[in-house]
Amino acid sequence: MSALLGRLRAPRSSLERSLLIVLASGLLLFLASEALSEFNDLQLASGGYYFVALAGLTVLTGLSGQISLGHGALMAVGAYTVALLIGNEHWALVPALLAAVVVSAVVGVAVGAAASRLRGPYLAGATLAFAIGLPALADKYTNLFGGENGLVINPPTPPSFLGTNFPLERWEAWIACVAVLVVLFVLNNLLHSGIGRAFRAVRDDEIAASLCGLHVGRVQTLAFIVSAACAGLGGGLLAVVLQLAAPGAFELALSLSLFTAVVLGGLGSLVGAIWGAALLVLLPTWTNNLAHSFSLSTNVSANLPLAIYGCVLIVAMLLWPSGIQGGVRAIFARVRLLRASEEN
Amino acid sequence: MRRRSRRVMAAGAICVLAAAVAGCGSSSSSSTPGVTATSVTFGTHQPLTGPAAPGYSEIAPASQAFFNYLNAQGGINGRKINLIYKNDEYNPAKTVTVVHELVLNEKVFGIFEGLGTPTHTKVVGFLNSSKVPDMFVASGCACWDDGTTQPWTFGWQPNYTIEGKILGQYLKQHFAGKKIGVFYQDDDFGTGGLTGIKYEVPASSIVSTQPYQSGTTNVAPQIAALKAAGAEVVVDFTVPIYTALGQLSAFTLGYKPQLVVSNVGIDPTTVGGLLKTFSKGKAGTELIEGAITDGYLPSVAETSNPWIALFAKVHAQYDSSAPFDGNVEYGMANAYTLAQALQLAGKNLTRQDLINAVNTSGSKLVGPGLVPFRYSTTEHGGYGGVEMGQVRNGKIVLFGGPLVTEPNESSPITPYTTPQPAPPSSGVSVP
Repeated sequence: MSALLGRLRAPRSSLERSLLIVLASGLLLFLASEALSEFNDLQLASGGYYFVALAGLTVLTGLSGQISLGHGALMAVGAYTVALLIGNEHWALVPALLAAVVVSAVVGVAVGAAASRLRGPYLAGATLAFAIGLPALADKYTNLFGGENGLVINPPTPPSFLGTNFPLERWEAWIACVAVLVVLFVLNNLLHSGIGRAFRAVRDDEIAASLCGLHVGRVQTLAFIVSAACAGLGGGLLAVVLQLAAPGAFELALSLSLFTAVVLGGLGSLVGAIWGAALLVLLPTWTNNLAHSFSLSTNVSANLPLAIYGCVLIVAMLLWPSGIQGGVRAIFARVRLLRASEEN
Repeated sequence: MRRRSRRVMAAGAICVLAAAVAGCGSSSSSSTPGVTATSVTFGTHQPLTGPAAPGYSEIAPASQAFFNYLNAQGGINGRKINLIYKNDEYNPAKTVTVVHELVLNEKVFGIFEGLGTPTHTKVVGFLNSSKVPDMFVASGCACWDDGTTQPWTFGWQPNYTIEGKILGQYLKQHFAGKKIGVFYQDDDFGTGGLTGIKYEVPASSIVSTQPYQSGTTNVAPQIAALKAAGAEVVVDFTVPIYTALGQLSAFTLGYKPQLVVSNVGIDPTTVGGLLKTFSKGKAGTELIEGAITDGYLPSVAETSNPWIALFAKVHAQYDSSAPFDGNVEYGMANAYTLAQALQLAGKNLTRQDLINAVNTSGSKLVGPGLVPFRYSTTEHGGYGGVEMGQVRNGKIVLFGGPLVTEPNESSPITPYTTPQPAPPSSGVSVP
């Protein structure tokens, strides 16, 4: 029996495995986007850009062990790149998104080089300063970045062969989902490659890693670049979906909620990033509805969602210290254990 | 085993996510969303928290209160008016999200009184391409005044350029030769007002223009720059919180220019309350005493005005937790205009009917406003003028009679003399 199972699990290459996952997820996402209403398609698109950013962050924090409270600012870099290129230079969507990846990766080199020299709270502090400082540039250079008003871009137009009544929201969901799949494919391969192992080695023990011949600083900078590129792509997608790049979209709260989402979802796991993205999209709507279901005065109910959000965070961390994905894994492990004991 | 179960989990997670997203879908398919035989539902985005919340957060509840008053009398054309308001924190990114939610998920009939220039500009394109009525935006930006390319959007309050022009004319007449400084919000609100001022005031007398970004917490550098430039008159195109912050900074610097404030940033209850909070009770309305401003609705201090009496009655009955101030009046007056438009649109309400009604008869609507509306197929601008006013004893007193003009440099500023009619004893009256 176990021999048979063993053959079934015959090791496939990680490339094949990634392709399989991506194709399956692609099919699911396609079917979902077709079945969903326009509003839910929009939520799917938002989930998509959050996932892309979170996937990068989970690689950084979960696998290479660096903390970043500044990913909202990296998303801003991507968003403004896309808004400037599409809005002012009339670039097409795909090159603009690629440019967002490149520009934010370049910013990632700078931040990452500094980050690899910092540890723990100092790193958190430095990235936090980045999150606060960068969006303020938009207010400083209002002619270029449009100040608080932001930059507006035209919505992406669905290709004509999809028909004239093809909902814009579904098209946006498709754009975001394609990006999600690309990121999923690239990161999943990366994590199972030598680079992924190097990330984990550095996270677990820097001295041991450098004794193995790894250049710790370089590995950490590389992790930061990968993660910054993802954040930039996520930000670029955000600009496309909202048709806007404005400082208000990249407040400190965004950086903090990205970080809480990866922790809540399950650090270091791409599936955890999916959970995190779902939380970021759905939780605000739920908390708002919950807050409005009590008939309270406007002053209270307007501030209640934040309080509920905090409570959910606390409860979730108490219940699942390793995040939702950790919780799911624990349940699977428990089931497996039960089954094994039954067999005995 | 671990790898396989991880893959299963991944697929499972995606399924759950898809199902969760699909689960929130609502699929109602009537001909016109948001309207039934007995009700019509509007949505709005409002700053219930954030920098613009002080004062402005009272507006939507006041509109709702006025709708409740009308609903208690049977509504308009037999329909009760509902208003769903969502908090966008005066943050453009949030506005986009909540307006999509209102239109696509809550299936509202239209958006009403969406508040703010930087916020609402981000959803005008979406609302027009989706053919959703975008009624009476709570902002005086010139950007709403374009019936040709934005047929579904209507402004309501006077265009900031019109307001700036009339304020500018007053400055030219009464403060000739004085050095003028302008403190303004760095978006279409502030720049629109500045444009109007510049139409009237000679460029040589404007010594300094100081923008601030909405969301900033320190405006001392701007006020110090105005003081350094020697401005004897300071014109504020600010939301209430920045009027208060600016006056506190001026007070700290010992700087006392003649203050002139756009009507959106001077409500004495709101600004006085903010001044008191910020200064921990040490200052209050005295810091805006004597400020020159303007209004297009009767001052709430004018208790003998029948419209103020009506609004006060509705306020006492349906909205008593809020102070009775300019924001409450604004919300009720705007609600009155929407009810008029719905009345005109007729019993078989469609989205297009509402637009047609305002296009054809909007300029003839009379109500709480002191001046007529600028509505036609091409003009969607809202009230066409203001009356000058001043803060006296902590209350706004209007004087000199209403003035009207167009938002361009050449059109003259003329008095508007048609007297304001009294409100009907119940419901709304339409031409």
